[in-house]
Amino acid sequence: MATKVLNIVATAYRATLEEQDDTILWLSHVLKGGGADLDVLLRGNAVNYAVRDQDASGLAFGDRRQTQPPRLDEDVARLAASGARVFIVGDDLRERGVGVDDLVPGVQPIAAAELPGLLGRYDRVWHW
Amino acid sequence: MADRTTLTLALMDAPYESARSTTALRLLALAVRRGWNVNVFAYEGAVNIPFAKQAPHPNAVHGRDVEQEDHPNPKDWVAAVMAEAASRGAKVDWVQCGLCVDERGAAESIPGTRRGSPADFWKFVEASTNTLVIPTR
Repeated sequence: MATKVLNIVATAYRATLEEQDDTILWLSHVLKGGGADLDVLLRGNAVNYAVRDQDASGLAFGDRRQTQPPRLDEDVARLAASGARVFIVGDDLRERGVGVDDLVPGVQPIAAAELPGLLGRYDRVWHW
Repeated sequence: MADRTTLTLALMDAPYESARSTTALRLLALAVRRGWNVNVFAYEGAVNIPFAKQAPHPNAVHGRDVEQEDHPNPKDWVAAVMAEAASRGAKVDWVQCGLCVDERGAAESIPGTRRGSPADFWKFVEASTNTLVIPTR
């Protein structure tokens, strides 16, 4: 049976302007595309990755303008559309005043109290 | 000539690891736009910010080739800020911690940067209007 992996992303906006994405969402895309049975849990500040209509455009240094800013909400939505389940901690959303209606399609809110049960369903849990 | 404000930044974070290195460069760029002189002491991982061998890459996850991806390399951002400073009659004096460079094999940095030591940082501090330390965490 395939190894089931849960990638937990907690630290948000870590080098996302330089990378033009989040490194762990990117890694999850690559592993999922390679056939891994992999899901993602967004917690802490990273719950904001799932908020719709983010706009990180406009960065410029001297005459160098960034033409492909990170589109983290779109990356989360594409990950969910690829078949990965993308969970998001509802308690962390509420603490930050983010409503479920603010999120991109496909993410699944989960209560903090349900996390032990969720983690128990995976062979590997990687907290990045 | 009127005295210019001179700001010193001490940076520690490596590129592509945190938001702090980009934030530091944004502060540097803003100071330069105001015509200020800026000294930078790149310490530890920050010596890789102007590393000359950085190269852009395509990104299959984004579905873009190397040209479309237009992947940013911080060395180019530093060079652009230095060019803007020159156009405004200001200066960015970027010192690379020599021991940090040696540890990392990062001697090849872009033109306009120079090798130095904590003694240069102290000279910067004493000659500056203010100093901002942006440490790693």
